[in-house]
Amino acid sequence: MKFKVNSKEVFASTGGRPFDKNKPLIIFIHGSGLSHITWVLQTRYFAFHGYSVLAIDLPGHGYSEGPALESIEEQGNWIADVIDSVGMQEASLVGHSQGCLVVIECASQFPDKIKSIGLMGGAGAIPMNPELLDLAEKGDPKAVDLMMDWAHGPSGHFGGHPVPGLHHMNLGGSIVVNGSVKNALGVDFRACDNYKNGFEAAKKIKCPTLNILGDRDRMCPVKEGKKLADNIEGSQVEIIENCGHMILLEEAGKSLEILKKFIRKNHPTE
Amino acid sequence: MDPKTYKFDTISLHGGYMPSKNAGSRQVPIYQTTSYLFDDVDHAAALFNLEQGGHIYSRISNPTVQVLEERVAALEGGTAALATASGMSAIFLAIMTLCNTGDHVVVSSQLYGGTVNLFRLTLPKFGIKATFVKPRDTEGFKKAIQENTKCIFGELVGNPGNELMNMPEIVKIAHNAGIPVIIDSTYQTPYLFKPLEHGADIVVHSLTKWMAGHGSSMAGILVEGGKFDWLKTDKFPTMTEPYEGYHGLSFAEEFGPVAFTMKARAEGMRDMGPCLSPQNAWNVLQGIETLSVRMEKHCSNALKMVEYLSNHESVAWVSHASLKDNPDYELAKTLLPKGTGSMIAFGIKGGKEAGAAFIDNVKLASHLANVGDTRTLVIHPASATHSQMDEATLKLANMSHDMIRLSVGIEDIDDIINDFEDGFRAAKKPRLIANK
Repeated sequence: MKFKVNSKEVFASTGGRPFDKNKPLIIFIHGSGLSHITWVLQTRYFAFHGYSVLAIDLPGHGYSEGPALESIEEQGNWIADVIDSVGMQEASLVGHSQGCLVVIECASQFPDKIKSIGLMGGAGAIPMNPELLDLAEKGDPKAVDLMMDWAHGPSGHFGGHPVPGLHHMNLGGSIVVNGSVKNALGVDFRACDNYKNGFEAAKKIKCPTLNILGDRDRMCPVKEGKKLADNIEGSQVEIIENCGHMILLEEAGKSLEILKKFIRKNHPTE
Repeated sequence: MDPKTYKFDTISLHGGYMPSKNAGSRQVPIYQTTSYLFDDVDHAAALFNLEQGGHIYSRISNPTVQVLEERVAALEGGTAALATASGMSAIFLAIMTLCNTGDHVVVSSQLYGGTVNLFRLTLPKFGIKATFVKPRDTEGFKKAIQENTKCIFGELVGNPGNELMNMPEIVKIAHNAGIPVIIDSTYQTPYLFKPLEHGADIVVHSLTKWMAGHGSSMAGILVEGGKFDWLKTDKFPTMTEPYEGYHGLSFAEEFGPVAFTMKARAEGMRDMGPCLSPQNAWNVLQGIETLSVRMEKHCSNALKMVEYLSNHESVAWVSHASLKDNPDYELAKTLLPKGTGSMIAFGIKGGKEAGAAFIDNVKLASHLANVGDTRTLVIHPASATHSQMDEATLKLANMSHDMIRLSVGIEDIDDIINDFEDGFRAAKKPRLIANK
């Protein structure tokens, strides 16, 4: 659906069901340069099982009006504005990669609005490889190839997508390329690189928190994910074997199962 | 710093498959099953509603077929692929996924005869009409586009005349009109040409041909490029509007770069069911493992045959884009740097009668209705593959009655040439042979 946030048009997938203010809201926040498409194997389930779902395109990504927001702090504030804009009081947030930084920033700044948070492939800081950052900021598509290489574990490189016929790396790459390498991916990478408040933000989070990590994640390795979890009180950690950074797609079924139990317990539909 | 992603020859062998997820089996297992256990009722419902990925029923998907789909998607550079029972079913599925009754398509006039008949005779029964344009008439494609046109369809190198369409220019025309381009790339395989890298939006193959190579199994596939923005216009309600068949799902919104494949599978395989058998998928996978080495030999043999035929006294003309006097020579050099393929069309002196005598008297070359086998194949299209086309359609396809279609195999080139000598010798005295 399309709606306005701060006078700018925003697109969000509602998981195939109409948005309903009477149902508990889950907001899914994508990673660098990506879009709502990455969440399709999580959102449809929740949308058909009693939740209102918004898999948002961050500003300047997918079908949302630009420009992209230049800092994680701005993006965290913007998520709070999304909750207000759709007329809701609270939401659970689920993030992937950069989306995790946005989630912890938002949850730390707006604790009254956030019911629970799920982090997939998250870390307290995501410093960027300087060469990758430079390529992305120049709009060089090689940045996308490198990102897809590093982001995927064995199944991404060989095959075995949970949805028959889909190709992990080409699908991921096309989501980024269909946007703007320079104005979305480049801005996102810089925002990640600049963000230094992750661990401080984590310490302020009081809501139930789930960290799903992939043991083959080369972008946000397990030890970095655990470090973040250690800074969030009562944080739950789940590690998926043979899984890279694209947990939400590489191991869509396993990650959904973990997320389902967590959300149902901490943000029930009743 | 370069990405360490696998390259073409490695993908041909390993793409789409992980032994560790298949009991350590080094070879791809053949999942000879119709259906798959659900964990529980919730799991079944989630699969049927596209909430989760997985297999339900082998008409929709199958783990062996999935390996083939991912491997071909990887080789073509696509976001997704859907394998079908044959190349023709892949084309039919592609058009039925895009079009509704009342829609129109612009089609190259030089296509496999079955494809011509699909567009000329069968699709009109569903209310989908086609305008045929000669492949070299780039401007003609632009002129043929109507308000209700939903795509341009063609073969880069047309069957059987070997005329090239200027695909990159035609892609520009299509995209300016807000419609996708579908390319049948059977003749090239991704070894010679990757249409998606040149802007095409969907690729179809008859995998029966060079991709498999062994001539043992029927199979087709469609591959999605993932760059066409279905939501940019209101031209594609089948992709963008809520679909009643899945509780109001908008394929374009939910699945973006794989929307076309998801719809073709969820609707097309569900309702029409042209599924590929796991055994045939496995057979095709065996062929793909050697795609590069076979294509190299196909192309080198083809060049030698072009030279031989061009200098033969019994040959009236030869059509192959490797020839310097061919109108497509420069375009082929740009688009097909690794080779212009192993299909050759030539005219035999003495017309239809001589052609028949030639075909009846070659022994090594097989006379049959296939191309892209590892063995050399010949046919007289006007009396076989394209025989259901009327005179006007044959003319539009630039087909003459003296034309012989040659699919050059990977036998020793001397043996192929010796065999052709026998054929030409007989063709000089067709009546005598015919009377025997």
